[in-house]
Order: sequence, then structure tokens, then C-alpha cells
Amino acid sequence: MILALMQTPVPRDIDLPLPVGDFELKLLLVVLFLVHIFFVNLMVGGSLLSVFFEILGLSAGRYDKLAKKITETITVNKSLAVVLGVGPLLCINLVYTLHFYSANSLTGYAWISIVPLVALAFLLAYIHKYTWEIWTGTKKQLHVLVGVFSGLLFLFVPFIFLSNANLMLFPGEWHKVTGFFSSLRVGNVFPRYFHFLSASLALTGLFLAGWFGRKRYPVEKYLPGFPRAELRRLFYRIAFYLTLAQLAFGPLLLFTLPFEGLSRELFLLILLGILIAVAVLLALRWEIRSPDEKIGRLYIGICFLFSLIVLAMGTGRHVYREVSLAEHKKLVEEASIDFRALETATRLSIEAGYGAGEAVTVELTGERVFLNCAACHAVDRVLAGPSLEEIYFLYDGDPKGIADWARAPGRKRTEFAPMPAFAHLGDEKLRLVADYILEKGGEAALNQ
Amino acid sequence: MDFPIFFLDFFGNRMLIAVIASVHVFISHGLAVGAYPVVTLLEWRGWRKKSEEWDNLAYKITFVLFIVTTSVGALTGVGIWLSTSLIAPFGIGSLLRIFFWAWFVEWFVFVIEVVLIVIYFLTWKRWKEGAKKKLHIGFGAFLSAFSWITMVIITAILGFMMGSGVWPESRSLFSAIANPLYLPQLAFRTSYAMIISGLLTWFLIFFFTKRGTDFRRRAVRFASTWILAWVPLFVVGSFWYWNKAPEAMRANIDVALLTQRFAQWHETLALIIAVAVIAIVIVALVGVIRPRMIPGIALLIPLVLGVWLLGHFERVREFIRKPYIIADYMYSNGVTVSELQVFQRDGILPYATYVRNQNVTDNNMVEAGRDVFLVTCTRCHTTTGINGVVSKFNNLYGEESWDESAMTALIHTMHISRTFMPPFPGNDREAEALTAYLRSLRSNPELILDAHAGWARRSSSGTPSMAGADGRKR
Repeated sequence: MILALMQTPVPRDIDLPLPVGDFELKLLLVVLFLVHIFFVNLMVGGSLLSVFFEILGLSAGRYDKLAKKITETITVNKSLAVVLGVGPLLCINLVYTLHFYSANSLTGYAWISIVPLVALAFLLAYIHKYTWEIWTGTKKQLHVLVGVFSGLLFLFVPFIFLSNANLMLFPGEWHKVTGFFSSLRVGNVFPRYFHFLSASLALTGLFLAGWFGRKRYPVEKYLPGFPRAELRRLFYRIAFYLTLAQLAFGPLLLFTLPFEGLSRELFLLILLGILIAVAVLLALRWEIRSPDEKIGRLYIGICFLFSLIVLAMGTGRHVYREVSLAEHKKLVEEASIDFRALETATRLSIEAGYGAGEAVTVELTGERVFLNCAACHAVDRVLAGPSLEEIYFLYDGDPKGIADWARAPGRKRTEFAPMPAFAHLGDEKLRLVADYILEKGGEAALNQ
Repeated sequence: MDFPIFFLDFFGNRMLIAVIASVHVFISHGLAVGAYPVVTLLEWRGWRKKSEEWDNLAYKITFVLFIVTTSVGALTGVGIWLSTSLIAPFGIGSLLRIFFWAWFVEWFVFVIEVVLIVIYFLTWKRWKEGAKKKLHIGFGAFLSAFSWITMVIITAILGFMMGSGVWPESRSLFSAIANPLYLPQLAFRTSYAMIISGLLTWFLIFFFTKRGTDFRRRAVRFASTWILAWVPLFVVGSFWYWNKAPEAMRANIDVALLTQRFAQWHETLALIIAVAVIAIVIVALVGVIRPRMIPGIALLIPLVLGVWLLGHFERVREFIRKPYIIADYMYSNGVTVSELQVFQRDGILPYATYVRNQNVTDNNMVEAGRDVFLVTCTRCHTTTGINGVVSKFNNLYGEESWDESAMTALIHTMHISRTFMPPFPGNDREAEALTAYLRSLRSNPELILDAHAGWARRSSSGTPSMAGADGRKR
């Protein structure tokens, strides 16, 4: 542990208070994040299922129509996924400023590529949707390809977010990270990813079972060849098998978590989640086996239980984050307090030095003011501007001329960069420096 | 700043955010705020004249708006957050603590706007007849008003952030409306959005109507009349803003510090406004009188001028707050005013967590100078690319004589001659090291692509520990 701390960067935190209480912000973060991830799940799950059924539809025609109808749901879901992501982003930026931004920087090139990648994924999704009736026959393969490509982008981008959400938890590992790909070796990004993906498909299955199964949906018109009950059963099955898969991915995720963040609360929350998941599985099985006219009766109940699972897992995630960061947060806080004390001490010592008006006070001389000019003017050499010697020949006996020029310089020689104005130095400093320039320039001229 | 350093060398961090933000602002003005009134008007026209042609045109244009705003538009909006978190984590992290509720409100308004856009577009073909069509047109009008109100709010928030004085006590959201730039900015942005949308609509008319038809002629006349109608407000708004900008700048910093750079930009802004207005008026007038005479290509001239104008406008606006990110509190390189004193006395490297060297020695001048460069310069400058330090020094000293003592002097005093730059947050040794690095960069121009990695770490006691254990090059 001590060794791990030696490897851990302990930066200073931002020196401003939170605008909202810590607890309120975290509550807001968890709730807003779950709303966001709900639509992300539907977006990712929808685009994968749409491609899957379109490929199935190449040999069995009725699935093509189903795929198209799934694709149409993505339009709204993906818009909400993006716009609803900003709220939790603001919250996480506030509560975990230091950890989240550091993870962003460490995976910077990948992090910023989210913008073009998701924009491209969306544009491809639009092409996929709006060319469905146009790119048929020989162009059908191209159409499938567009869907596949957009689906691949939707599969890839979550890696970037997950790598950041994961990396922020382990400051002790940051020194190993040279970019996005090396960040995948920290913590347990891959189990998280499979857990997310399987949740996306399960949730989308549940959503579509309700979407196509609801009474008002004109199944006969939009999806000929699919009795309503069959659609319900189909998507219930998807939800069932992927929720079942979570019973494998969940423990995999839990047991690959670095131990720093584990706590009793986390285990209890996860246990609770698993128990509800088992109930959901039983209810789904019962529904799938129900006769056609009865299927769908438990839908609302299943959705309710499902959202409880999501809530338990989302809270668990937050509990793990809190525990695993607690120690580092304390170190950062101490380092920040130490530094603020140093700042205050420095300010006081400087104020004391100048305030007393004793020997410490620096006397204002032309030589000191000339430091402002030394970047461009030297005594006997041309730097960015003419030498003092040359200025002496131009302004001998006319210090006011130098001061006037410095207040609002013109541009006499195009081989030099234009001189900036120095009016803000004030009359006294300009007078002092003008005298100094003529003195030094004159000496140099005499020595020649 | 005490974060791992993200540095997009060559293009520059500023260019990254400039590209993302410019695309976003152009889309939000031209394809949202200004565009919804245009399509609603077109839809209303079609309904009143019982003409499928107008309704179809309106629908097709809305289709384009919908596709672009919900993909590139939405993502560049999020991209502003994603990029600032890389480029200025210290700045955006601090601003977020000050302006959280303002941004939360902005986000909320934005969510509603997206929902309205989605509803408006997706119900078009369903709400077709009678009362439903009326409802749809009413919805379009509501959406138009709402997206303009979004602009009203966001411009206030921008003004709020740019406002002078000390936060947070003295700042309220209402004080933003009292900001001298608020109303001129709103007038400028509103009329700009309307005109650009008119031009884009006109451009799309070429794709969605048949050549030589009477309908195309009437559609073009509609678009150009729309543009002309907004020109007066545009002229008033832009010159009003132009007039007030120096005043706002004076409110932030000392009168004497009004820089040549700002004066130049200010003059250029006037010139671009004038040229853009003339081009827009000519094109729109010809469009009204002789609708067939303007080819699609010709519209690119006012459109490109419009992009240039908006880019320049935002640049001047951003310039007003330099050298600070947060007035009198934090400089644009992320150093706060109170940190500055410590760094100038002790150096910045001992207090920087994510650097390779934590002290300057005779043996590591160039390497430590690279660290100083990364921590203090890279928020605005690149090595050899856009706004690169090599070209800055070449401009000043020529390509041959980079005088060491002059460069070190410049590093310490550049904020006095270039008032938009923050003071150098380091000590003498670090200025010398920076000079050494810059001179080595001139003879060996090499991009830095791994600024975020390879740093030495400090233990919690503050003593440096080295990153050699994993065998990585230091």
C-alpha cells in the first residue's frame, strides 16, 4: 500500500468551494447518469439488434421490416442519449474534478475523438435509416454494410467512456498510462464493457417487447407476418437470455474489481440486485411460456423490477467509486491545504517586505525599468530593435522624444517587428528609462 | 495547473476548441435559431396557399436541419465540454464551480429544445390535415420562439461570464443583462442567425426545386426578401457591438493597456462587417429583382464572409478577457494570481505534479525547460505549428540571432509589452531553462506528442520519486 502511494501523484485541487452540497450533487449525478445511460443502452442495443435482424432478413424477408422498425426507434433514443449526457457530465466534472479531468487528459486523443466518432455514427445511422427503401436489390449489401459500420462505432465508443470512468478510480496506476490503449490495462475495463453491452441488449429487448407489443401499435400494418404475441415473446427472450448472461458478467465484473474500493455496502447492493434479477428472470420465463392471449400481463411489473436492478447497480457503482477514491481524496486535500498555507505565507512575507518601506523596498531606477526593454534592445547590438547607441544618435539631448515614442510607437523600419506601446508604465518610469538609455548609449558611442 | 498535460502540438489546443466551437456556433445560429422561423414561415405559406410545393420544400429543408443539428450540431455542443476538459481543466473546473446553476439552466433549456426539434420533424407527415396541421404550424412557431429564447439566455450567460468585477458576491445573472455588450450582442447574433439561415435556405432551394421553374423563382424571392428584411437590424447590431467592445474591454483592464492587437482586430472587425453587409445586400437585392440571376456558387461568398465574421467576432469577444480566464483570479495558463507569487519565488516545477523534472540543474536545462514549456506555454502555443513559439521568436529576433539574455529578459517581461499574455509563472533558473529549451527547439524542431505521459511522481510527502521502475524513457 505504501509502495502504491509512492507511485501515486498527489496534485493540488481547485481552490473553490462546490456550488451545491456534496450529497445533493452526488444524488443528482447518480440519477441523471442513470437516465442518460438508459437512452445510451437503447441506442447501442437498438443499433446492434437492427443490424442483426437486417442480416437475418436477407434470407427471411419479414425480419427486414422488423429491423427497419427497430432502426426508427434509434433516432429519438440517440438524440436523448447525447443531450441527456451533458447534465451528468457537469455533475461528475464538479464532484470528481481532479480525477475525471486527469483521466480525460491521460486518454486525451481518444477522449476528443468521441466527437467525430459519434457524429459519424449518427450520420451513418441516418443514412442507414433513410436509404432503407432506396438501397435495395444490388445495393442491399451496401446498406447492410452501412448499418454494420455504424454498429461498430456504437460498439467502440463506450470503450472510451468506460476507460475514463475506470481510470479515474486508480490514481496509483496513472503513471503507467501513455494513452487510451494502455489505459485499458488498468482496473477492469473489459468486464465492465461486457456487463454494459449485455445490459444494453437486455434493456433494449425489454423496451422493444413493450414498444411492438403495446395495443396501439399497428402490427398488422407495419410488421406483416408477425403476430403481436410472437414479437413479445421474441424480445422477452432476448431480455431473458441477456439478463441470464449478466449472472455471469456481473460476478466477473465484481471479482475483477481492484480491491481498494470493495466494501460491505457494495456487496449488499449487488446481492440485492442479483435477487431482483432472479425475480425478473422468473417473471420473464413465466411470460414467455404464457399462451398468446395472456402474454404481456407482467410487463409493467418486470419494468419496475428492472429499474430497481439498474438503481441498485448504479448506486453500487457510486459506492465503489467513493470508497476507492476516499484515501486519495484525503491526500489531495492535505496537499491542497498545505499549498494554500504556503501561498498565504508568501503573500504576507512579500507584503511585509514592501509595506515597511525599509531596506527591502526596491529603489526605482532607470536600470530596473530597462528590464522591460532588454528583450529587444541591447547597448551595442541589434536585437529585435535598434541598439541604445543608435537611439543615442537619434535622440541625444531629447529624453522626452524617447518617452513620447515609447508611449505610442510608430513603425519606421519594416525589417523589425513593430514595437508595442508602453504608455502604461507611466511618465516617471518612462522618464527614468529614457535618461538611462541616453546615458548607456552615449557611453557606448564614446567608447567606439 | 496541476493536471496531466494534454497538448495537441502543431494544431494547438486553441485551434482544437476553436474548430469545435465555431462549427457549433455556426450550426446553432444558421441551422437552428434562424432556421426554424424560416421553415415555419414556409410551412405556413404552403398551408395558406394550399400548396404542396411550399410544404414539401419546408419539409425537405427541415430534414436537413434535423440531420445536421442532431448529429454534428449536438456532438460539437458536447465537444465544447469534452475539449475544454482537456485544454483548460483548471479553468473549466473553476468556472463550473462559479457558474454551475447558469450552465445547468442552459442544459435544461437545451434538452427541451432538442425534444421540440424531434417532435416538430417527426410529426410533420402525421399531423397533416386540418386542425392537426394548424397545431403543427403553431408548434413550429413555438419552437422558433423557444430557440430564440435559448439564445437570449445563453448570450446572458456568456455576458455573465465575461462580466467585470469580482465574483461571486457581486455577480448575479441579472447583472449580465446590464453588461454593456449584452443587447448589442443579442441584436447582432439574432440578425446574423436570420440572415445566414436565409442564405442556407436559398442554397438548399437549388437542390430541392427544379431548375427554371416558376416555383424556384418564387422560393428564391422569398429567401432573399427574408434576408433583406433582417439587414437593417444586422447593421445596427453589429456596429453597436463594435462601438461598445472597447468600452467592455476597458471595464476589464486598465485604459492604458488597450493593446495594438486589440485595436487591429477591432479595425478588421469593422472591415469584415462592412464587406459582409455589402455582399449580403447585393446578393439579396439581385435575388429579389432577378431571382434567376444568382447561381448557387455566388451564395458561397456571403456565406464564407459570414463564417469569417462570426469567427472574428468570437475571437474579439474571447480576447476581451485576456490575460485572464477568470478576471483577477486565474490567468489563461491556469496559474492563479495567488499561486503566481509562490512560483515566481520558488519556481513552478517543484509544485508541478505531472512533469519529468522537478528542479532545474546545470545538467537538465533543456529537459527541465521542456517541462516549463509544457506547464506554462502550451495552453496557447505550440512548438513549431500554429501560434508556435519558434515562429514567435523568429518574428522578433530573426532566424539567426536568438540572444540568450534577451530571451530570458523577454520571458520575464512579455506580459508588460504584450498585455494579453500572463506573467511568467517561474523563477530566473526556469526562465533560463525555458530559453535553453526554446533554442534547442529552433535547431531541432520536434513535436511533443506525449506531454501527458512519462512524468515523475511525488510521494505524499512532497519529495520527487522517479518514474524509472517500469523502464520507460525519462
